[in-house]
Amino acid sequence: MGRYFLNRTAMMIPTLIAISVLIFIVIQLPPGDYLSNQVAELQAQGEDASIEKIAFLRAEFGFDRPLIERYGLWLGVWPGEKGFSGLLQGNWGWSFEYNKPVSEVLGGSLMMTIVLNFAAVLTIYLIAFPIGIISAARQYSITDYGFTLLGYLGLAMPNFLLALILLYYSNQWFGLPIGGLMAPEFIDAPWSPAKMLSILTHLIIPVLVISASGAAAMIRRLRANLLDELQKPYVTTARAKGMAPLALLIKYPLRNALSPFIADIGDLLPQMVSGSVIVSVVLNLPTVGPILLQALRAQDHYLSGFILLFIAVLTVAGMALSDLLLALLDPRIRLTGRPVQ
Amino acid sequence: MTAPSQDRLPHYVSEAPYDPAGTPPAAVPAHPQWWLVWQKLKRHRLAYASGIFLLLIYASLPFSEMIAPYGLEDRNADYLFAPPQRVHLFHEGEFIGPFVYGYKGIANLDLFKWDYVIDKKQVQPLRFFCSGASYNLWGVWAGRFHLVCPSATGTLYLFGTDRLGRDMLSRVIYGTRISLTIGLIGVSISFALALLIGGMAGYFGGWVDNLTLRLIEILRAMPELPLWMALSAALPVQWSPVAVYAGMTVILGLLDWPGLARAVRAKLVSLREEDFATAAVLMGAGPGRLIGRHLLPNFMSHLIASATLSIPAMILGETALSFLGLGLRPPVTSWGVLLNESQNIAAISFYPWIMLPMLPVILVVLAFNFFGDGLRDAADPYS
Repeated sequence: MGRYFLNRTAMMIPTLIAISVLIFIVIQLPPGDYLSNQVAELQAQGEDASIEKIAFLRAEFGFDRPLIERYGLWLGVWPGEKGFSGLLQGNWGWSFEYNKPVSEVLGGSLMMTIVLNFAAVLTIYLIAFPIGIISAARQYSITDYGFTLLGYLGLAMPNFLLALILLYYSNQWFGLPIGGLMAPEFIDAPWSPAKMLSILTHLIIPVLVISASGAAAMIRRLRANLLDELQKPYVTTARAKGMAPLALLIKYPLRNALSPFIADIGDLLPQMVSGSVIVSVVLNLPTVGPILLQALRAQDHYLSGFILLFIAVLTVAGMALSDLLLALLDPRIRLTGRPVQ
Repeated sequence: MTAPSQDRLPHYVSEAPYDPAGTPPAAVPAHPQWWLVWQKLKRHRLAYASGIFLLLIYASLPFSEMIAPYGLEDRNADYLFAPPQRVHLFHEGEFIGPFVYGYKGIANLDLFKWDYVIDKKQVQPLRFFCSGASYNLWGVWAGRFHLVCPSATGTLYLFGTDRLGRDMLSRVIYGTRISLTIGLIGVSISFALALLIGGMAGYFGGWVDNLTLRLIEILRAMPELPLWMALSAALPVQWSPVAVYAGMTVILGLLDWPGLARAVRAKLVSLREEDFATAAVLMGAGPGRLIGRHLLPNFMSHLIASATLSIPAMILGETALSFLGLGLRPPVTSWGVLLNESQNIAAISFYPWIMLPMLPVILVVLAFNFFGDGLRDAADPYS
């Protein structure tokens, strides 16, 4: 298990390097940059003092150097004006628009993004597990058809539209709060049970929206797997021997149908994280989503680059985690080092 | 469960004595693959109906101007944020065919919104096959012909109007043109890339295969939407709407190929070892001919089904990007551009009908899903 763990973790490194290159290229794509736009504007206003500051920033981030050097500077593997100072050294870059280090701009939103996505993963399991089992055990019943229909809707409905609809109706019908992370009066208040409760009730809608399509996919998958297992002869044998249906279901077929249940979350993660970004924008949640949108619009490229990288790391780490979890459950994987087909 | 009689060949017994040395009987002329797929697809009711629905919508795209009751930018300053009008058939218990009641906007100065009062005296019958707002069909032919128009003095706002008093239904119909073609072109790009890259990886194997697999893995680990956002934010602002449209299709297609490419590769790797592939190589077929003529046709139907299933993702991607204001921009009108207006919470709570463009999004995405699922089942007609 230790070896598999090391292998799987080591595999993340080349992936992350490739992703960082990709992201760096993408954020450098727009013609011009934030600073040269600023310089032009300030020169027009005749403000030379600010221009000096910008010239300093340009030198520090090596705006005049070739692309590869700038990438090295960003990552922290190439010496800049002040020696090695990049992502690897904990310097996440400078946000030109906020005129603050990226780490200060992002602050708690990073944690919030992780919490939101983690809560969504848990919700997918909580929803998909019972519904998948019921649909399979009572195939072609009204419950099954109902959930299948709901599942199709969950798959087809883009989550930002779902967020919009819920934005409109949940408040009108259920009085659930929408938008933002907590009630306004708690924003600067110290931590208290009331504040926690406020955050939790605000999280219900976004978490449901983000997990909707993932849960729908998961239900379909679990149902199909379980149906396959239920047709196998060992089930008939157990039934013939007089085993209680529920105990039988839980003890044998369900266990066999479970491993894709863990494995799939890795495949669903990128889609879910995507969803959390756009849902956060619609519902105005303090995650990295709205900041990313604003940074992209303003060409604040160290900020947007760091957020993209953070999202990618979150996804890759999540996928690795689901693989490790799977290995923990399934000895075939940890011994052979690859998933069973 | 008896097969339809026309599927069966007539029972036939030869009168001639059996001659083991004689020529073997000619092969039974089987139905071609596409016919079998088609037969199987037809039995899948939901997929079949969805296919017809999609076909009808795509066929209507060139004629949006005629189908929409109003022009794309026709404004009516008297009807800002007017609610949808209902079509009635009976007026005071008397049948007079489809009509709408007229209404009038009153400014509500307490809430700063428009209230509309329906005037039951104003009966405005719809006109069909009529002459209405003028347009230039395909930018060439001037015309005034519409399938349906409001009565000469009245209005016909079946989906309501937006903040400038433009008919939402007409705008949705025009938006269909952009939203649906962008998905189709995007999928074509990703399909071509998948065939090329997956084909190379599967055929050549070795380091090409390894490199491709790694690349696919990396691209699949990246959340698509943020990357799409970054790329479309990189499209220069000064580009013309047509260039932005083209750029968007490329962006959508550029990140979507990994899934398909992996399927192409997996199939090629297994088929390459088959006897018929070896036979073709021995007879001197080059890589292009072997892949294109012998291997690809074996799983083309599967590929097309998978590609169909990825069209909705493209349509949703475009909608999401335009909704965020990163994709297409007015005056280009797509469903996402229309939905962009519903980002405003106050607008949603006062005028919920500006969310109506999500109706076609959901219908089309569902239809593509059902059709794609059916196609995937039908792609293997022997199972």
